[in-house]
Amino acid sequence: MQSSPILEVRRLTRGYPNGTATLTVLNEVSFSVQSGETCAILGPSGSGKTTLLGLCAGLDAPSSGDVLLAGRPLAGLDEDGRAKVRNDVVGFVFQNFQLIPTLTALENVMVPMELRAEGSAVRRTVEKEAGELLQRVGLGERLHHYPTQLSGGEQQRVALARAFINKPKILFADEPTGNLDADTSHRIVDLLFAMNSEWGTTLIIVTHDIELAARTGRILRLRGGQLVSDERHRMLAGGPAAPPLEAHA
Amino acid sequence: MMALLQALFSPWTWVMAWRDSRTSRARLFLFSTTIVLGVSALVAIGSLGRNLHEAIQEQAKGLLGADLVLQSRSAFTPAMEEFFRGLPAVEQSREVSFSSMVYFPKSQGTRLVQVRALAGGFPYYGGLETAPASARDAFRSGQGALVEESLMIQYRGAMGDPIKVGNAETRIAGTLLKIPGETVAFATVAPRVYITMDEAEKSGLLNRGSLVRYKAAFKLPAGMDAPSLVRRIRPQLEEFRLSHETVERRQEDLGRSMENLNRFLNLAGFVSLLLGAVGIASAIHVHIQQKLASAAILRCLGSTVARSFAIYLAQAIGLGAAGVLLGTVLGLAVQQAIPHLIADFLPFTVAFKIHPWPVLQAMATGLGVCILFALGPLLAVRRVSPLAVIRGGELGAAEKDPAQWAVALALAAAVIGFGISQTHKWEQGLGFAAGLGAAFGVLSMVAKGLTRAARAWTPRSWPYLLRQGLANLYRPQNRTLLLMVSLGLGTFLILTLYLVQRTLLTQLIPQHDASRPNAALFDIQMDQKDAVAEIVRAQGLQVIHLSPVISMRLKSVKDRPIEEILKDRARAIPNWVLRREYRSTYRDHLTDSENLVKGQWIGTATPGAEPFPISLDEGIARDLHVTLGDSLVFDVQGVPVKTTVASLRRVDWRRVQSNFFVVFPKGAIDDAPGFAILTTRVESSEASARLQRAVVREFPNVSAIDLTLILQTLDQVLGKISLVVRFMALFTVLTGFLVLVGAVLTGRFQRVRESVLLRTLGASRRQVLGILLAEYTLLGLMASATGVLLAALAGWVLARFVFEVSFAFVAIPLLVAVIAVTLVTVVTGLLMSLGVTRHPPLAVLRAEG
Repeated sequence: MQSSPILEVRRLTRGYPNGTATLTVLNEVSFSVQSGETCAILGPSGSGKTTLLGLCAGLDAPSSGDVLLAGRPLAGLDEDGRAKVRNDVVGFVFQNFQLIPTLTALENVMVPMELRAEGSAVRRTVEKEAGELLQRVGLGERLHHYPTQLSGGEQQRVALARAFINKPKILFADEPTGNLDADTSHRIVDLLFAMNSEWGTTLIIVTHDIELAARTGRILRLRGGQLVSDERHRMLAGGPAAPPLEAHA
Repeated sequence: MMALLQALFSPWTWVMAWRDSRTSRARLFLFSTTIVLGVSALVAIGSLGRNLHEAIQEQAKGLLGADLVLQSRSAFTPAMEEFFRGLPAVEQSREVSFSSMVYFPKSQGTRLVQVRALAGGFPYYGGLETAPASARDAFRSGQGALVEESLMIQYRGAMGDPIKVGNAETRIAGTLLKIPGETVAFATVAPRVYITMDEAEKSGLLNRGSLVRYKAAFKLPAGMDAPSLVRRIRPQLEEFRLSHETVERRQEDLGRSMENLNRFLNLAGFVSLLLGAVGIASAIHVHIQQKLASAAILRCLGSTVARSFAIYLAQAIGLGAAGVLLGTVLGLAVQQAIPHLIADFLPFTVAFKIHPWPVLQAMATGLGVCILFALGPLLAVRRVSPLAVIRGGELGAAEKDPAQWAVALALAAAVIGFGISQTHKWEQGLGFAAGLGAAFGVLSMVAKGLTRAARAWTPRSWPYLLRQGLANLYRPQNRTLLLMVSLGLGTFLILTLYLVQRTLLTQLIPQHDASRPNAALFDIQMDQKDAVAEIVRAQGLQVIHLSPVISMRLKSVKDRPIEEILKDRARAIPNWVLRREYRSTYRDHLTDSENLVKGQWIGTATPGAEPFPISLDEGIARDLHVTLGDSLVFDVQGVPVKTTVASLRRVDWRRVQSNFFVVFPKGAIDDAPGFAILTTRVESSEASARLQRAVVREFPNVSAIDLTLILQTLDQVLGKISLVVRFMALFTVLTGFLVLVGAVLTGRFQRVRESVLLRTLGASRRQVLGILLAEYTLLGLMASATGVLLAALAGWVLARFVFEVSFAFVAIPLLVAVIAVTLVTVVTGLLMSLGVTRHPPLAVLRAEG
């Protein structure tokens, strides 16, 4: 079943000034991701994965090319415009969790919705939803704990709850297990895929973990800032096993 | 801007600001105290200004004691008396005042006082307060004199004791406590003795050429407007050369003086507030640096720039509001103390009330300045890239935010605006802002220079602890700039005040020189001068100068009559120079306090051979716009005397000796009536008292000025003034100290991990403290040294261009200041850092989060 692309990347290039020259980190990358797809961006360090994620999620502006996110071209938007798009359609999960240290787990989860709408009635609804989400990720007893009072795995669960609170159309995960031990990583990844499947969200994971990438339906390989392969090996993510993949240097 | 305002008015912004401040509230509250003193000063002074204004309005009539007062330097003529009688007054009084020695036979004390002879019911408003109260009626009915309280204490006077003024002898009727419109400070300088008009006549002191003032005071019918009466009688006032004073004029003059006092105090308070705001800016800077990661997360989750900025702006507003509220409470308490400080300078009593408007103004100023200073570091939030969340480290954009310029401009406009609003003169307002800006600029430049020098020139051969201490000066998040500015500015302000006071005192106190006179006898009649000189010599003292003094007024300058010049509105010559009474002398030599700067000194002249060649003081020649060869005609007690300017002299007016604006050659006016001044040198106050007693006993009309007494009096008055100044300076010093504590604490929060890491790697507590010691010593030393240099420069500029005197540089107190400020910095720095080294590294790491 083919739906309209939720993410369309057109000849995306990102360079940074380096003295008198320009260092091109990403060069003419094009691809599109359909709604509901799960996709991994795989590549060695310095291949441009994080830059590509930043550009796709509207965290940065490209040197040239364009990104269409949920049908909206990001090129014409200023930073506040891109922030609105992020808040409307994007969810994030980061390697180092990126929770606000001064907020409780519940408050951290509430932030994206609070940014969207205000009012005491809304707040009550958001608080209820956030509580339910934390319950869903197994932290129902730790709503009022601060990030420093939670383990790494627990922090990533809070981040997962936060990522889903605004019912995003697309979820970007940047090395979501990079700071976790193997056991915790497995549990978090299972939870991520389960929730993704449950909410029908498009998932894009940036990783160099082949095993994790193998759980997605599609793998985009980057090397030296260029897209070197685009492999679709299953239609739906979260299946029991992944096909063997050749290792990257 | 609209987006920011919208975000700022959104309740969620404040909820988020409150949530986000959880771990830093205590710290932020501590930093808010840096503006407490500045705000409290402004609150207290704002209300003081309003209270002074109200007191002047309420006690208006009591300030003058009458509705109209007319004054003259010469005795009222029958024509004047006729004119006074024709005025529509309900009651009128006369007062004659002059300076003279008063002699207390019982204690054998003599002292130069202001003698006032009163006839009539003056004061009509405000009352003459005496102790006992009945003494006032006793005095009015001619039963004795009223003597100033300070004199009664000094000479152990009691009711009924005899006192002698010139040839008149009377008894003390009681103590004079208060007279309308005069200050305690004035009474300290010139203690007053009230006698009756008959006794003044009997004293024989009224017709001896010395300065006597004649005053007529009028009580007008109820509802009569004194200013319009003055307008009506102006031609007669000019004809009789009478000056006038009305309640309205006294109110205006007093109001102006009080406003000046208020403005000075307000500016001092504002400086303290600015210094505190620097502390706030630094605290916000550190706070924001710690919050940039959270700001990046918020941006990543979809927060707009304005929204995330508003959250941290709300925190800064909260921080400022806490400081402002505390400052207001303290200010209202301080307000009770200020009237006691300045009571001696006020000719009226001040009832202290809290006025909401000045308090609100002060609060708004405090909050406004605080927010403006906080905006600079807050702007970093606007430049946070959401990309930082995945990239890490890249929290702010490298390029400068153009809004920084807008903030800097707004800050400069606010300081200039406040300066102008207080001084009411744009040049002075600009000068105030420029001076502060220059001090900030120099201190910032020194701080930058210091960090660069520490980075570039720290030799590798130096001990590790010293190198680490120096490295702390330029490492990221260093406090070099903040400490340099706060410590340097505090040192600069305090020392500038000290140096100016010192310079002025040095001007007033002549150099110690055994050959120079330190006492003067004046009002010596010409026929008494040999006998007085004999008494002086009999006391074993030397007659250093014996100068004749002839009173005269200018009649014409360069052939233009004075009246004509006075009518010329475009004239450059000041009024007082044309109208004043010149007390001139004649002699054939220059004294050691004079130098000839232009022309030829001509010491003798043939009587009648006009115009006489005279010598002028170069200052008065400049004021009169005359030079060598120009003609001046003097009215020497009715006789016109033509002169030409033959020479100009530079006169050292600081010397206690008979200095003159105009010196005639010997032979020119020798026969004119006058009196003489004799100067001598006494080695002790006992010798001075002996001389005064001997002279006054023989010649009661002769007055004596004792330099030691003048210096004591001056010291008292300056002491009271400097108490007020120091009180205000205290606000700045304490603010500087609070900023220092705050800066050290922010440093502590920043450095704690570094210290813990060092300790984890095996550094001892001593070694960690050694690094801090090196850092604080250097900071304290550089900041205080820069502050001292700036103060010396400001002191010199003020001495040279404002007070027009030579600058008195003093090395030792400045050196002491450098050492003291460095010590305070080091001790505070180490005390505030003790917690870091006292606990085990793990405990500290957990506690600091």
